[in-house]
Formats: sequence, C-alpha cells, structure tokens
Amino acid sequence: MNFELTEEQNLLRKTIREFAEGEIKPKIFELDRKEEFSLGLTQKMGELGLLGMAVDPKYGGQGLCSLSYVIAVEELARVDASQAATVAAHNSLGIGPIYHFGSEEQKKKYLPDLCTGKKLWSFGLTEPNAGSDAGNSQTTAELKNGNWIINGSKIFITNGATQITGGSTVQTITGTLRPFDKLRVSGPQDDRAKKEISCILVDQNTPGFTAKAMHNKLVWRSSNTAELYFDNVKVPEGNLLGKRGDGFRQMLATLDSGRLGIAAMGLGGAQGAFEAALQYTKERRAFGKAIASFQVNAFKLADCATEIEAARNLLYKACWAKDNGKKFKILAAQAKLYCSEVMHRVVNHAVQLHGGYGLMEEYPVARFYRDQKLLEIGEGTSEVQRIIISRDLGCYEDL
Amino acid sequence: MKIGVLLKQTPDTETKIKIKPDGSGIDESDIKWVINPYDEYGVEEALRLKDAAGGGEVVVVTAGSKRAVDSMRQALAMGADRGIRIDTEGVSLDSYTTAVILSKAIQSENFEVLFAGKQAVDDDCVQVAQMTATALDWPCIWPAEHIELGADKKSVVVTRPVAGGIKEIMEMTLPGILCCDKGEHEPRYASLPGIMKAKSKPIAELKAADLLAGETPKVTWSGFRLPPERKAGKILKGEPEAVCAELVKLLREEAKVI
Ligand SMILES: Cc1cc2nc3c(=O)[nH]c(=O)nc-3n(C[C@H](O)[C@H](O)[C@H](O)COP(=O)(O)OP(=O)(O)OC[C@H]3O[C@@H](n4cnc5c(N)ncnc54)[C@H](O)[C@@H]3O)c2cc1C
Repeated sequence: MNFELTEEQNLLRKTIREFAEGEIKPKIFELDRKEEFSLGLTQKMGELGLLGMAVDPKYGGQGLCSLSYVIAVEELARVDASQAATVAAHNSLGIGPIYHFGSEEQKKKYLPDLCTGKKLWSFGLTEPNAGSDAGNSQTTAELKNGNWIINGSKIFITNGATQITGGSTVQTITGTLRPFDKLRVSGPQDDRAKKEISCILVDQNTPGFTAKAMHNKLVWRSSNTAELYFDNVKVPEGNLLGKRGDGFRQMLATLDSGRLGIAAMGLGGAQGAFEAALQYTKERRAFGKAIASFQVNAFKLADCATEIEAARNLLYKACWAKDNGKKFKILAAQAKLYCSEVMHRVVNHAVQLHGGYGLMEEYPVARFYRDQKLLEIGEGTSEVQRIIISRDLGCYEDL
Repeated sequence: MKIGVLLKQTPDTETKIKIKPDGSGIDESDIKWVINPYDEYGVEEALRLKDAAGGGEVVVVTAGSKRAVDSMRQALAMGADRGIRIDTEGVSLDSYTTAVILSKAIQSENFEVLFAGKQAVDDDCVQVAQMTATALDWPCIWPAEHIELGADKKSVVVTRPVAGGIKEIMEMTLPGILCCDKGEHEPRYASLPGIMKAKSKPIAELKAADLLAGETPKVTWSGFRLPPERKAGKILKGEPEAVCAELVKLLREEAKVI
C-alpha cells in the first residue's frame, strides 16, 4: 500500500491552500455577513483551473483524477465552505452530467465556457415536495412539435441564479413507463416507479424560466442557492441529456460522484475547525495554564485528530477506487456519511473549546459550526447514505 | 528573450528555527521549505518580462539539495520553462563559492538578463547576486522594485527605492542582474494546468563539486546559537508621581538610556 501523494498533488494542495488563505480568507467575513455570492472570487478560481477539474483538456478542462479534485475541494473547505460549495457543485453537479451523459455536440457547446468559469451550470433535482424521495418529483416535460415544454419548479439549487449562470440540467417527468420497463427501476415497485424520468438542459435566458436566489440561509451564505420556476418553458428536443428515460440513472450516478465532493468539504471543514481550536487552546489561558493542557480538552483534540485521519483515509480510498475503475458507490456513500459526521463532532468540540468566543462570528469556528450542517443534508441526507449502505449489506427482506 | 532566475529554497518565515544540539547547524527536521519570498517576486517579474519581450524562455537556476526540486517545480508550475539544479549535497558553500558555481553553471546559457531576490530570508547575507554579477562582469541593480523593458529590448528601466520614499530610476544595459524587492506585482498562483505541465518540464542537474574549480569558501561557521531569551519586563505600581520618579531613576541608572 502506498499512501504517498504525487508531486503534483502536493503542489496542488500547497497552491490551493495559499490561494484560499491569501485570496478567500480576507473576504469571507463580509461575504458571509452580507450573504453575497462573489463573482470576483469565482472568476479567480476559474483562472486557477478549479472549475473544470475532471474534464478532458480537449473541452477546456484539466483532466485531473478524482483524488486531485477532492484535495482541491478539501483545501477550499478548510478555509471557506461557501467557495468550496460553488466549486464542488459546479464540477460535480453542473459539469458532471453534461460531461458524462451529453452528446459530443452538447459537450462542445457547453463545456469550454463552463471549464473557464465564464459560466456556471447547476443541477436541478430537488423540488419543494421531493428531496430524499427524488423519484417523486413533479416537474414535467412534454414533447410537442420537436420541443420540450417544461412546467414545474425546483428548490435549493446551488449556483442556480448567479450573474454568470448559463443554465441548469433539470430532472423532469417525460412520460409513463410501459409495464415491462418497470424492471429497470430499482426500489419499491409502487405507482411512482412507473414515471419516466429524463434530464433536460435549459439555458438561463429561455422565456418562461425564472431563477430566484434564496436568502436567509444558516449555511453556505456566500454560495448561491436558487429556486427555479418553469412556466411553459420551450427548449429544443435536442436539449435532452442522453436517452429519454435515463434521467433517474444519470441522477444516481451524478450523486455517487458528487458525494466525494461533499465528503471533501466535511474533511476540509473539520481540518480547518480543528486547526483553529488547536491554536486557540494553546494560547487561551485559564487557572494559570493554557487550556489545551487540561486533559479533558487535550483528549478532545486527540479525538478530532484521530477522526480526521480516519476520514481522510476513507475518502482517499473511495477516490482511489473510482480512479482505478473499481466499484466506489458504497465507499463514496460511507465517505460522505463519515466525513460530514466527523466534521459535526469536530466543530462541536471546536466551539466548546473556544467558550463564549466560539459563538462570535469574529472567530471562524462559529461559521464552521453553522456551515457544517448542510453536509449531513445535501446530496443525500445521512439517513439516505445509511439506507444506501445498509441496502448493500442486504439488510432488508422486502427488497 | 532568454531569462534566468536565481532561486533559493529557504525555511518558511513562520518556521521556528531550532539549533542542532551540538550547535553545528540548524535542525532541519521540522522546517517547512518554501521559495525564498523575494525570489518569488523574481520569478513573477521574469515571467512578465518574457511576455513584454514577446516570448523567450525563463530558466530557474538553483543551488541546493534534492528537496529544492519542490520549489523549482513550483516556479515551473507558475510558468517558468525549465530548471538547472546544482546539487550541493555534501559540499559546504558560502556566498562566494555559491556565486562561483552559479556563474559557472550559467556560462553557456547566454542569458540576456538574470533575476534574483534582493536577499534570502534564511541567512540574510545579501551577497550572492552581487558576487555572481562580479564573476560574470555584469551590472547589478539592488533592490529592483519596478522593471520595464527598454524600447530597444536590450536594456531595462528599473525603479529602486532609496531613502525617504524617493525612487531612483535607472536604465541598465543588458545583460545584467536585477535583485527584486517586494514590488507591485504579487507573485501569481500556479494554475492547475500549470501544475500538470510542470512535471514534464526538464530540470538539468549539475554537481557543485565539478563547478568549484578549486575555489574554497571564504567563510566558515564556527557554531550556531539562538539569541538569548528576552528577560521579563518590570512593572512599576503605585501613585503616578512616585512611579514616574522611579521610572526616570531606573532608565538612568539601570537601563542607562537617559
Ligand atoms: C444549501 C443547499 C444547497 C443545495 N443544493 C442542491 C442542488 O444543487 N441541487 C439539488 O437538486 N438539490 C440541492 N439541495 C437540496 C438537498 O439535496 C435536499 O435538501 C436534500 O436532498 C434533502 O431533501 P429535503 O430537503 O426535501 O428533505 P426530506 O427529503 O424531506 O427529508 C427530511 C428528513 O426526513 C428524512 N428522511 C426522508 N426519507 C427518509 C427515509 N426513507 N428514511 C429515513 N429518513 C428519511 C431525511 O433524512 C431528513 O432527515 C440543496 C440544499 C441546500 C440546503
């Protein structure tokens, strides 16, 4: 077993760490307070090449493996979850589906601008009444005279309404499956499984399509989250992504890879909060000594360091499996579950170790504490990850 | 334009320096190594000068051990084209012998201009670039803050800070050496494509011993010590009048500063 990263991966980590500390860190407090998406930082991240990391260079990407991608997201999240979210969502949810399931024509049309950060792209799956139960979505697309007519709405869509959002990949119901097609759908065979689900690319300025930024978030305040409304939105038949009826499978595959990004955010965030707590406890004094030298506190730090190390190894192993063409679905679900819950425990300790100061926004642990929560909810809640893992263990008789 | 950059790997300025128990040198075990910060400005200015000249080549030249390759790769990832490393393993060098091997190593390169940092933040000797200039019989400007290529592309116009915020503007005929200060151009971050390209850029290797040509150091190190720890200060308490009188007395008699 070789745990050594490559020379490029070490340099990548160092560069992104310096960028995050030099360019992002000084701006977070204000951006977070004002709940402002930063076009300037996004463009700088585009210049660095962070916005099309996995894409083949022939479409303008960097052709990096998933481990390198995860290291980049980890380093961004070590400093700021919002910028990490912009990057991770764009790479895995925005670009991912187009890159993996798009036609050659679609890739040539969309990817070059998405890889430089001239435009962002979002993935519209969640609906007001369908989150974890994504198969129950209600947005419809009807094929009429060579055009799809889309109606419905989406909610919580990252990068959905920035100044540079080019559009969204929208999961829609395009019809009802014929009975024998049922076999293709996994999961409970109730009436919902009969829906034919397809993904359609919708450009931002299409008439009838409205994207509205959502405000008052507890987490990721300088990441853009949007509601999308479709009112008889007409797009050409050719905007279908891959094959008709493949939408559910495409969505599941996209989320498998996306989970590595969310896991990286958990790992990076845990690392950032841990470092802040370690430094603080060595400096803050009470009863005549640094608070780190009370064993009750020192043990918390030891636990954090141990869990972060375990989280990193699990996540990197999931990346290794993906990069080597092995099955990684379960490892990715485990990494997503574990890394986000490790960050949960670490931020809790980090704030506790800061005492009252940890509750003040001037201290970064306060923001880490808030930002963490999304990781147990987005791209499949912790419960959903446990469902995926326990299904794989064959726990359920009725499946 | 053919441009060279002298680049040294130094400890990160935030590193806590520790001395080896026997005092024979610095304990390098916990040191985080970086490009000497002023040299990073040199790399940035070199890349800009290449653009201004409409093309050419930027070559990073380093005298150092194998670990210095990391810093050279970083410069290559920023955009430099290739590297030359003079392996210093097992050779003890001072500023003079370092200048000897650097000037020998670049003799056949025919650089039109060489960049360096104004000083290395580890030993702060501020000598290598000047001595290299002497060895090459080239002019040298220290410190260079703003650099522009002359219209004839055979000279540079350089702004250097002098006392009292005054700037001196000099024109230097090339070839010559420019020792960069923290200027207006922050060193760029290596981009991801830059990092990917860096691994295939060549780094040639030379041996310090082969370049010394019988020259020996003019400086040897007899030992290393950390500066003594500062003693705790004194806090005077009491009525303002009494404290003032006591303070003046101590400043005069104990500290002997007034
Ligand atoms: C900031 C932010 C960004 C987001 N970005 C995107 C995006 O870019 N694209 C996108 O499509 N979506 C996005 N989402 C949506 C996110 O993926 C959903 O919120 C998430 O999937 C959960 O869905 P829900 O909110 O409807 O919760 P629900 O599905 O209603 O879940 C509520 C609770 O019930 C539990 N639960 C549900 N089903 C089960 C079950 N079978 N067994 C046990 N427990 C269950 C859940 O675990 C959870 O605890 C984002 C959300 C946020 C907040």
